[in-house]
Amino acid sequence: MDSLIASLTARLGAARVLTAREDILPYGFDGTATLKQLPACVVFPRDAADVSTVLKLAREHRAPVVTRGSGTGLSGGSVPLPGAIVLCLAKMDRILEVDSANLTLRAEAGAITQKIYDAADAVGLFYPPDPGSMKISTIGGNVAENSGGLRGLKYGVTRDYVIGMEVVLADGTICWLGNKCVKDVAGYNLRDLFIGSEGTLGVVTQVLLKLLPKPAARQTLLASFTTMDAAAETVSAIIAAKIIPCTLEFLDQKTLRCVDDFAKVGLPRDAAAILLVETDGHPAAVADEAAKIGELCRAHGATSVRLAATDAEAAQLATARRSAFSALARLRPTTILEDVTVPRSELASMIRAVEIIAQKHALTIATFGHFGDGNLHPTILTDERDAAEMHRVELALAEIFEETLKRGGTITGEHGVGLAKKPFLKRQLGDASYELLRLVKKSLDPEALLNPGKIFD
Amino acid sequence: MKTLRDLDYSVLQQCIHCGLCLPTCPTYVETKEERNSPRGRIALMRAIADAELEVTKAFGEEMYYCLGCLACTTACPAGVNYAELFETARADVEKAGVLASPKRDFVRWAALRVLFTRPRLLRFVGRALRLWQSSGLQTLAREAGLINLLPDNLRRLEPQTPAIRARFSHQLIRPVEKPAAPRHRVLVLTGCVQDLAFSDVNRATVDVLLANGCEVHTPPVQPCCGSLHAHNGDTDTARLLARRQLDLVNPADFDAIISNAGGCGSHLRAYGHLLHDDPAYAARAAEWSKKLRDIHEYLVEIGFRKPASTAAASTVTYHESCHLCHGQKVSAQPREILRSLPGVELRECAEAQWCCGSAGIYNFTQPDTSAWLQHRKIGHLAATGAQVVATANPGCHLQIQGGLANSGHASTEVVHPIVLLARAYAAEKTPA
Ligand SMILES: Cc1cc2nc3c(=O)[nH]c(=O)nc-3n(C[C@H](O)[C@H](O)[C@H](O)COP(=O)(O)OP(=O)(O)OC[C@H]3O[C@@H](n4cnc5c(N)ncnc54)[C@H](O)[C@@H]3O)c2cc1C
Ligand code: SF4
Ligand code: SF4
Repeated sequence: MDSLIASLTARLGAARVLTAREDILPYGFDGTATLKQLPACVVFPRDAADVSTVLKLAREHRAPVVTRGSGTGLSGGSVPLPGAIVLCLAKMDRILEVDSANLTLRAEAGAITQKIYDAADAVGLFYPPDPGSMKISTIGGNVAENSGGLRGLKYGVTRDYVIGMEVVLADGTICWLGNKCVKDVAGYNLRDLFIGSEGTLGVVTQVLLKLLPKPAARQTLLASFTTMDAAAETVSAIIAAKIIPCTLEFLDQKTLRCVDDFAKVGLPRDAAAILLVETDGHPAAVADEAAKIGELCRAHGATSVRLAATDAEAAQLATARRSAFSALARLRPTTILEDVTVPRSELASMIRAVEIIAQKHALTIATFGHFGDGNLHPTILTDERDAAEMHRVELALAEIFEETLKRGGTITGEHGVGLAKKPFLKRQLGDASYELLRLVKKSLDPEALLNPGKIFD
Repeated sequence: MKTLRDLDYSVLQQCIHCGLCLPTCPTYVETKEERNSPRGRIALMRAIADAELEVTKAFGEEMYYCLGCLACTTACPAGVNYAELFETARADVEKAGVLASPKRDFVRWAALRVLFTRPRLLRFVGRALRLWQSSGLQTLAREAGLINLLPDNLRRLEPQTPAIRARFSHQLIRPVEKPAAPRHRVLVLTGCVQDLAFSDVNRATVDVLLANGCEVHTPPVQPCCGSLHAHNGDTDTARLLARRQLDLVNPADFDAIISNAGGCGSHLRAYGHLLHDDPAYAARAAEWSKKLRDIHEYLVEIGFRKPASTAAASTVTYHESCHLCHGQKVSAQPREILRSLPGVELRECAEAQWCCGSAGIYNFTQPDTSAWLQHRKIGHLAATGAQVVATANPGCHLQIQGGLANSGHASTEVVHPIVLLARAYAAEKTPA
């Protein structure tokens, strides 16, 4: 270990290698509840060449490498392993190019998602993926988790915007995948292999993103319901009416009260559930869609439909929604967030299933999520120091996954498998495709240096 | 006194390490290293509570690298009480003595235990400073290059020494002043630095309260509020000073207790919590906290009268004191007051809620980060092109004034919003 650290320090400089306990302790966890592990050291590369150096040294010393962006991951992806090097890309955060002629943006992997949005916005362009963590998550982390966001329904997820990347392979080779072309079928689409690979196949050091023209108009609606079912059914009705709003978010009463305690945006605290809907596009289309959505909400039992009066109010509501997960932490000491996703026609029945599971195990579960995408975040509010309750949490989680798979759903829609969902992956994929994952991992990282033990063993 | 180990563990657990506070934390933005972030600092505190880490020198340094600006508490959706964690951690650091050195110990003793516990002594020192400034000695010393003999961080700050007023608050304000028909009864706290360097702000505070139907009580000698002590790990003295304050003032006698300095107000509001375990004072302290108001907050609460005069007409930008906006969550009210001034155009500046680097005595203890923040702040303020910078905390006032002067913006006036309001009221009476 000492010789590894000595070599790292010699190659990168002492300021880029942290080893003191006070320095590395804060890298022992990410945004996931209850997981922590102290690494051996934390290194900050300047560029792909530095990353390559680190990977080569790691290989020589057989030390695992855990790549990290901002550590907001919710499945334990950047939680270290014993003796690991944490390779933190947060200081590689430059936006390198905004190309208005080709509608692309190139940035280092540590660039903050919000900064990418802002840089595009400044020239009248639009980078849609907006995870709740966008103010601090890195684009590299977004790519590695294939993150979604509030605009997923209409605009898709991170994958839909990555047209190129620079990636450093386990043996230290630096390669470019993709280019600025709109179409390209030269060879396998290897980019996609690294998107959502959770740091297990290579280290992304640069990302080339596709941008869109900024929508001319936006309108936000807030609809309140007296039952969760009614809200869930409204979602299905909107989709069935062939309307694709840009955002279609659901918050139950527990969540909306916590969010309002924090953001104080005047949410209807007595509603059993609310839907936050945004439509964007041509002003006439937006007005038309907003009217139709309002009608559908009322027809399905909405007790009130409020239109955001100004852009500022709309932005406030979206920001408030983004805080949902963290705001729920107000209720209990430990907040365990799940990420199951079901076909949208199954939403209402899935919510009911979650309610029954909560009752059965005497747990408090709050639910919110990107309902337009069929993505629920049932959040268990508990206390990690209460062993008996934590046991009931485990049982409840297993049942939630079971109910999800029964409905043709997935155990994770956007947060990744990491450590947290590892035990359930095989059950979802089945033997053949589970083995295929291993085959890919073995061929790209034969010595299991990159985030070993994440996704699968 | 509580330490991290015997603090209610749920205060530490409240942080779910989501990271949403990171982009608002100036020290994290400066270094991009977790240890320098709220989440990282809380993790270190929790490690101490869990006995995974001792109170080390590095931990101590980290707690003093933190500005205590509380921007993280505004950003945190989970409602983490960083203020309490931070004060407890600094108290632990002092108790463990990991940063102790003869020089540091002397400065701390002189400031926290001697100067800022004795209001009369403080005024005496203020007088001496005033004499030095007004006698021309200061100018002489500057011209003769004597200032260069000072140690580095003092020399940098020397131009920022507050210009001491000729008359302090008690010489400007009578103990009780009454309007024609009093509707409210309030007590005004005059502060320490405010009293010496900005007694005009205290006078203006009384004037605007009078203009809004308040009978104003201002005790001529007031104990220091103890915020400096609490923020610097001297909780015992902070409690002592809070008790003195409560011996002097019975909150039940007033509708409100008014503070006009962001930093003091933030701490004054917390007396209830500070003394909650002191049977003799807990009830009175709770009452005090209930009554405590920032001046802007109170004026808006009682529906202050909009002035008719355009005396204050100018372009104004507003810098939010950390402990006013983050510590007390008073952010809209000062703006409402500024907007109420006829002819004033309020121009928002970028990062209005970012620390200016003054942060109590931070500009003395961490000169580099302080200077970086000052520079960043002045850039944003200057970009608005406003003629006036309004701000409601003496530390910010001095830091910004110093920064403007050093960057060729000496003509930009720095002023407390309440002074602008007082001017507008006063001008109504003098016919144009
Ligand atoms: C409050 C909150 C809200 C959230 N909302 C959403 C949401 O709406 N939608 C959503 O999808 N997610 C959401 N998340 C989850 C999380 O923010 C995302 O997964 C995000 O993309 C992680 O980015 P990061 O920079 O923090 O990555 P990290 O947490 O540091 O890393 C995540 C994973 O990516 C790997 N990795 C990081 N950088 C690289 C790289 N350059 N190359 C290779 N691998 C890398 C790591 O090894 C790890 O496995 C939220 C999280 C929080 C705390
Ligand atoms: S302090 Fe609050 S915002 Fe920051 S990491 Fe902890 S819970 Fe999240
Ligand atoms: S108080 Fe300010 S400097 Fe300290 S952790 Fe919070 S935001 Fe950062």
